[in-house]
Amino acid sequence: MTTRTFDLGAIPGLPGTVSAATSLAMFRRTCFNRFFELEVARVYDTGAIKAPIYLSLGQEQIPAAIATASRDFLIFAQHRAHSYYLSFGGDPGALVDELLARPTGCAGGMGGSASIHDPRIGMFGHSGLMGDQVPIAVGAALGSGRPVLTVMGDASAEEDYVFGAMGYAATKRVPVLFVCEDNDRSILTPVATRRSWSLVEVARALGMTAVDVADDPWLVAHHVAGLRTELPALLNVRTCRDVWHAGTGRDGEPEWDRFALTGHTLEDLGLATEAARVEEEARRAAARVWDERLPRR
Amino acid sequence: MLFGQCVTAVGWIGGTVPQLTEAEGIVELSMADVAGAGIAVGAAVVGRRPIYVIRYQGFMWYNAAPLLNYAAKSKAMWNVPCPIFVRAIAMEGGIGPVASASQHGMVMRMPGMPVCAPMTPGEWQEAWDWFMAHDDPLYVSEHRRSFAIDREMRPQCHPRADVTVLAVSAARLNAEEAIVRLARDGIVCDLFHLVWLKPFRPDEGLLQSLARTGLGLVVDSDFEIAGPSRSIAHELMLDTGVPVHALGLADRTAGFAPHLDNGTPETAVIADRIRAIVARRRR
Repeated sequence: MTTRTFDLGAIPGLPGTVSAATSLAMFRRTCFNRFFELEVARVYDTGAIKAPIYLSLGQEQIPAAIATASRDFLIFAQHRAHSYYLSFGGDPGALVDELLARPTGCAGGMGGSASIHDPRIGMFGHSGLMGDQVPIAVGAALGSGRPVLTVMGDASAEEDYVFGAMGYAATKRVPVLFVCEDNDRSILTPVATRRSWSLVEVARALGMTAVDVADDPWLVAHHVAGLRTELPALLNVRTCRDVWHAGTGRDGEPEWDRFALTGHTLEDLGLATEAARVEEEARRAAARVWDERLPRR
Repeated sequence: MLFGQCVTAVGWIGGTVPQLTEAEGIVELSMADVAGAGIAVGAAVVGRRPIYVIRYQGFMWYNAAPLLNYAAKSKAMWNVPCPIFVRAIAMEGGIGPVASASQHGMVMRMPGMPVCAPMTPGEWQEAWDWFMAHDDPLYVSEHRRSFAIDREMRPQCHPRADVTVLAVSAARLNAEEAIVRLARDGIVCDLFHLVWLKPFRPDEGLLQSLARTGLGLVVDSDFEIAGPSRSIAHELMLDTGVPVHALGLADRTAGFAPHLDNGTPETAVIADRIRAIVARRRR
């Protein structure tokens, strides 16, 4: 199988082909996702959030990149979906309320961290059965005729019904973009312990285009834009979850720090000053959303 | 849209499906049951109100996940309706351990999905009308023995009945035969046909019959232990204070040979049970 590296599939010079405005817009989404999640972690550690949380820290640039490339998807994500909700325009305040189990939450307080949704952005909730969003996404695309984005992890990809759904989408040419956020972890068990096969090779064998890349946001956005025209397709994105599966704990440094790498790239593009401003604005915006709903003591 | 497996190649589900193309709405699924159920649920959640056919009701053991964990919960969780009309087809004979008798009990115990078991044309129309008038999913516990029924099945009540029999699905046909046999022995039965299993709302005639006979029996085509027959009997006992017994499939695995099958309680078995509970009360 292909080795995990921070530059898997890199296209030299790719960020330089993207406009500064687009790069900064993508970075703005990434930053807001990240600082929102850091706020969630802070509040969670105070005990104000009673239900489990599933943070996308370390993975927050993937939805930012997808949303930058294409925003017309219906969305079927999984339990780790705060950043999808935010990247595609979900109301941050309603997500705060949801995490605080309030009836004004985006799922009326029923969904918690894991089962969020927002019909206004075409995002459907997740039931908690890992991977079941994949066949449901295929049916939604079949029924609506609209392109659908469905997101799974490398562990959920092993659910048997995921293959059935991908196979059906390939057979009927159903317009679904399957994204696997491959953090090489099922809780903590790495992929190599669980399976010898590659999801990318399986997807290709089923008859769809499949790409295996690292979580460089320019690279992800580039492939989403390309795959968008040849759905169904699979995008496997190697990434690093920065905290535990649930909660805020950490097991040391991640294999790579994509947020820092992204900053370096922006610097190379001559956008260091603008990036610093974007980062600070996002930090304040995320804090403000939380402070408005849960004043700090 | 109608989703199912092997719809078009083998008899169009006993002639119950119009011979339409995929473009016209008859969608052939692959043989991946769990994925197939999820695909149908996906069409439902975007508002297509699909029919989903499960060709053997025993296959609910893998179809259940998307239906009961997503379609049934979507409205409560997200206020997003997921109306899907599930035709889960039970049958009897030669199917062995697949357990393709009725399996509506597994659906009844989960929240969010009403359950009915129509057998007559009028009952089917009622189920469809209900589905089209609501935005909920509906589990229709279907039985192949209903395919030949072209009459309505009315309650049978007698002023001096000894026992009130309530029957579900294919057990209704056997119960009809059983009470004819019992009448010859001098045991008079009221018979009520239960179509809507969840929510279960006993009608006034049924409650009056139980009050009059003081004895009931629920007969079902699903398993008895922890099953619908016992659940309904329990509810009726709490409502009326009348002892209500239950009879469903035996607690054993079916084999393929006829003598090893485990189907809907047969006419003789129902009759014997009624004789036994009536005799016990007389003692």
